[in-house]
Amino acid sequence: MSDTVVDVQGLVKHFDGVTAVAGISFAVQSGELFGFLGPNGAGKTTTVRLLTGVLEPTKGTAAIQGHDIRSQSLLSRAHIAVVPEEANVYLDLSVWQNIMLMAELYGIPNKQRTRKAVELLDLLGLTERSKQKARTLSKGLRQRLMLCTALVTEPEILFLDEPTSGLDVQSKQIIHQIIRQLNSKRLTVFLTTHNMDEAEKMCSRVAIINNGQIAAIDTPEGLRSAVRSRQFVEVSFSGQLPILEELRSLHGVSSVDFTDNTIRLYSKAPGQTAAEVVYFARSKNIEIEQLCTKKPSLEEVFLYFTSQDEKEPVQ
Amino acid sequence: MTAYMENTKSLRFQAHGAFVILKKNIVIYYLKPPVLIFGVLFPVFFFLAFKMGRPIAAENIVPGMVAMAVWFTASAVGPLVTPWERRAKTYERLLATPVSLQAILAGDVLSGLLFGACLSIIPVVLGFILTDAVVYNLLFLVAGIILGAVSFSSMGVLLAAPPASSPSNIMLLSNLVRLPLLFVSGIFLPISDMPFWARWIAPVSPLSYAGDLIRLGFGQEAYFPAWLSPLILIGFTSVLLCGAYKFHRRWRARGL
Repeated sequence: MSDTVVDVQGLVKHFDGVTAVAGISFAVQSGELFGFLGPNGAGKTTTVRLLTGVLEPTKGTAAIQGHDIRSQSLLSRAHIAVVPEEANVYLDLSVWQNIMLMAELYGIPNKQRTRKAVELLDLLGLTERSKQKARTLSKGLRQRLMLCTALVTEPEILFLDEPTSGLDVQSKQIIHQIIRQLNSKRLTVFLTTHNMDEAEKMCSRVAIINNGQIAAIDTPEGLRSAVRSRQFVEVSFSGQLPILEELRSLHGVSSVDFTDNTIRLYSKAPGQTAAEVVYFARSKNIEIEQLCTKKPSLEEVFLYFTSQDEKEPVQ
Repeated sequence: MTAYMENTKSLRFQAHGAFVILKKNIVIYYLKPPVLIFGVLFPVFFFLAFKMGRPIAAENIVPGMVAMAVWFTASAVGPLVTPWERRAKTYERLLATPVSLQAILAGDVLSGLLFGACLSIIPVVLGFILTDAVVYNLLFLVAGIILGAVSFSSMGVLLAAPPASSPSNIMLLSNLVRLPLLFVSGIFLPISDMPFWARWIAPVSPLSYAGDLIRLGFGQEAYFPAWLSPLILIGFTSVLLCGAYKFHRRWRARGL
């Protein structure tokens, strides 16, 4: 039996002649913490809305746990829970009523939903506030409540659309911690974010979407390695600095950056470039203070894939 | 896969979903100011404006008062729920649950029906206490209230479909529909006494048929045949529900 829990094939969505999602295909495996990165307007939220049954695709198909999102929409939705980006809890209901409402909509039996709700309130630090109206909660606490209302339905796949956007550090940490904890218990998480740090720390695999198309998909490490032209050698010298033009002429160096006494030499072959730097320093009698080869950060990879320039093929 | 996941397509699961939506609407929306103003205060002031200074026997206006109360109350909840949920950003989460759009709309219709049916008891009781009004046929009275309420509530849910940035825009739209129909439905003046053009418009209003059944309940003369009104009200409800589903489905992603 396949371990694929989300299978997307050529999904397209047009809005009044504008293409929001332009034929994307990817798969998410069971137990993955899958990151979906993209700039504003790239199609992240539309993709989540298509997969969660809020929107109907113009073309293409997707299956959640083997259930087609068009023909078996209700069944596919029974396996998921979602924390939408701009969604809110019911402000006129109490914390407890919000959780019970969502559990009842999923048909969770009374005893089961009560037990689960007590557990989640404790986990998310909301026990003391269970009788409080959601209106009185801060943004961070409301977001924790949103997560509670999603998790009480005991989903197999959790869709989180920018779950920590605009939250305080404490709420962010609690949400990260709980997502990791649940993922370690085999809950599949589909996380859309434009926070590179969040994606890098949390996701086992990442897809970058730009202009409605998947630009790259791999592990964060794989993506960093794939963008060879953004790998670099970082070097700092003691004493007099060499002329940057001389460094730029070294074999394999495509460009040079200089900030805070540190020079970055971008190269597709950073190992070879590092050796050239050592040779160059010796020949000029300059002492190297620090030398290392580095891969680009996920943020740099993201910028690389979402910029308008022509891309090198991903290795 | 747990048992409840397998059952999501069953009628029982979806009926339960509609019931949960009904419970939510009762708790959140029944006491919202727009519902109270357009559903309760409106008919009271209309009644006072109609009655004061006119030589009409009090018991003769009870059926019209009951019909008007059902009209305003049952159609007041629907136009509020979806626009309010869109603005409060709770609608998207609701659409992502395994409860179908039909069940969500059924829950909204039930909310209007219950609100209208319950509040219509007030003018009926006041009619008994303050006037000489007598119920001659309970079946017609109940049929008029229930079939009228479900039809008006469906109309309210249909009116809630257009994507609007604010619930007040939809309330405005609903009043643009409800008020003209009120005046051509034989509530203030029997349809047979209305001008020629108004008698042609009266049959397109579900209120005309509900009002007729309620009048029969109080032993007054009806304009339409008694057997026809329930059928027409069922027909109105079916058409309004189909329209509500079609337009809510078309516009559900707008204004999320």
